[in-house]
Amino acid sequence: MEFKRVTLLAGHYGSGKTNIAVNLAMLLRQKRERVAIADLDIVNPYFRTKDSQYDLEQAGIRFICSEYANSNVDIPALPQTLYAITDDRELSCILDVGGDDRGALALGRLAPGLLEENDFEMLFVVNFYRPLTSTADDALEVLREIEIAGHLPFTGIVNNSNLGDETTPDVVLRTADRTQELCGKCGLPLRLTTVNRPLVPALRDKIPNLIGLDLQAKIR
Amino acid sequence: MADKVLMKGNEAIAEAAIRAGCRHYFGYPITPQTEIAAYMAKRMPKIGGTFLQAESEIAAINMVYGAASAGKRAMTSSSSPGISLKGEGISYMAGSDLPGLIVNVQRGGPGLGGIQPSQSDYFQSTRGGGHGDYHLIVLAPASVQEMADMTVKAFDLADKYRMPVMLLADGTMGQMMEPVSLDLSIAEAPEKPWATTGTKLARPHNIVNSLSLVPEELEKLNNARYEKYEIVKQNEVMYEEYMMDDAEICVVAFGIAARVSKNAVVAARKNGVKVGLIRPITLWPFPADVIAKAADKAKRFISVELSMGQMIEDVRLAVNGKAPVELCYRVGGMIPTPEQVLEAIENGGAKS
Repeated sequence: MEFKRVTLLAGHYGSGKTNIAVNLAMLLRQKRERVAIADLDIVNPYFRTKDSQYDLEQAGIRFICSEYANSNVDIPALPQTLYAITDDRELSCILDVGGDDRGALALGRLAPGLLEENDFEMLFVVNFYRPLTSTADDALEVLREIEIAGHLPFTGIVNNSNLGDETTPDVVLRTADRTQELCGKCGLPLRLTTVNRPLVPALRDKIPNLIGLDLQAKIR
Repeated sequence: MADKVLMKGNEAIAEAAIRAGCRHYFGYPITPQTEIAAYMAKRMPKIGGTFLQAESEIAAINMVYGAASAGKRAMTSSSSPGISLKGEGISYMAGSDLPGLIVNVQRGGPGLGGIQPSQSDYFQSTRGGGHGDYHLIVLAPASVQEMADMTVKAFDLADKYRMPVMLLADGTMGQMMEPVSLDLSIAEAPEKPWATTGTKLARPHNIVNSLSLVPEELEKLNNARYEKYEIVKQNEVMYEEYMMDDAEICVVAFGIAARVSKNAVVAARKNGVKVGLIRPITLWPFPADVIAKAADKAKRFISVELSMGQMIEDVRLAVNGKAPVELCYRVGGMIPTPEQVLEAIENGGAKS
């Protein structure tokens, strides 16, 4: 996979952004020396990139997140180190944006810098098995709401359709039509399809730009 | 499987409530249940329903009181500290014999506590929670599917017995995502001839009220309500038994603690330990009979809880001295591991 300097992952909450962000950061680190992952989720303090902080830092990935993340203090505060994303143009970044338009509000501060530099990719993560994004039209509505709130245009789609433990190759393949429809309606390319790694062999020949994900488990 | 969707527990509650005919949601945000309100805010306007973020939890429960008085299926949701605030309104609903759904996605307490999962509102839920003599029917789901199923069940039971029903979940159940079938069996809401829907000058006024100043009258009302509770106890107890046929050790756990315990029971069985699990699904009425029956055979009971030991009192009452009852617990937002429960099963006495 080719990366721009900054890759943003946004979408409906619970669509799988955080897990994809962590996996993409690991991939990016194989290609570039200076890599950072930023957790911009100021909406939901329950599931966070920070849960994978140890693994990420072991892999030499810089970690940018609110100092309140995982402290269970419910403060929608962004970290001051956030400015490294736009100020340090030698740094390659993966941005895990909070869910829905509310989560994308945090992008407003970064949008002017990212637009001016124009070396970013903003990916809309969709799981068509999530009830509020189960059709192309519903997903498109969320996509537009996020663009308005975040002041940034999407540049591609990531199909992360899954049913958790009950995901089979067929579950993924059945969303191909809806993905096509969404891409047609918003005029954006299907950039990636992401699946749990064990499903990759069965789908490799059927889906282009397929990436296998390692699940980050939260056990405490 | 084609009809399944991937949902958070909180979302499953909201969607199931809508499908059960609830068009009136009143709430106030608090972690870890806010997705219920967020989901309702998105969906209700599209289906002609009412989503209202009230100025406080107290206001929200009184709005449920109002909507229920008018015969509508209505609900509110909150987490532990917010449920305490609703206590007065819940008591008023019980005293006015009003149906309604109150969801408590519990977090660690007391006080403001934390935002991580807990089961320490067991006493509050099963003993009423507010002032006066009353009970709620308390349902304790242990999967996202059950979050949906029990929400529908809650509305049915509330209408059937004209009493408030509480869905008692925890932060884990609210936040976790699992595949869910929304092919729910929805019964038509019954007629509510008691509701305050306007007389149209064709009948006497219906009065919904919990104020009763004549002591003889108030005593009668309380007695009648407790006769109704006896019928609930007879008819509505729900539980799951797992590997109990030959069990010499009986684990009792509900909700997320039951899921952890089930793993421990499977692990212990592999080691040749005869252990089983009783999972209460209704916490009130409590499955006391099935636990009493198990006590005829089991030599030891273990209550696994995310509290300092609350349900254990009901287990002890049911066991009635026939066997020792031990506690295995974590609190403050921590969850017992299967290993901790296994240790309690195999070696006993293991606590926090």
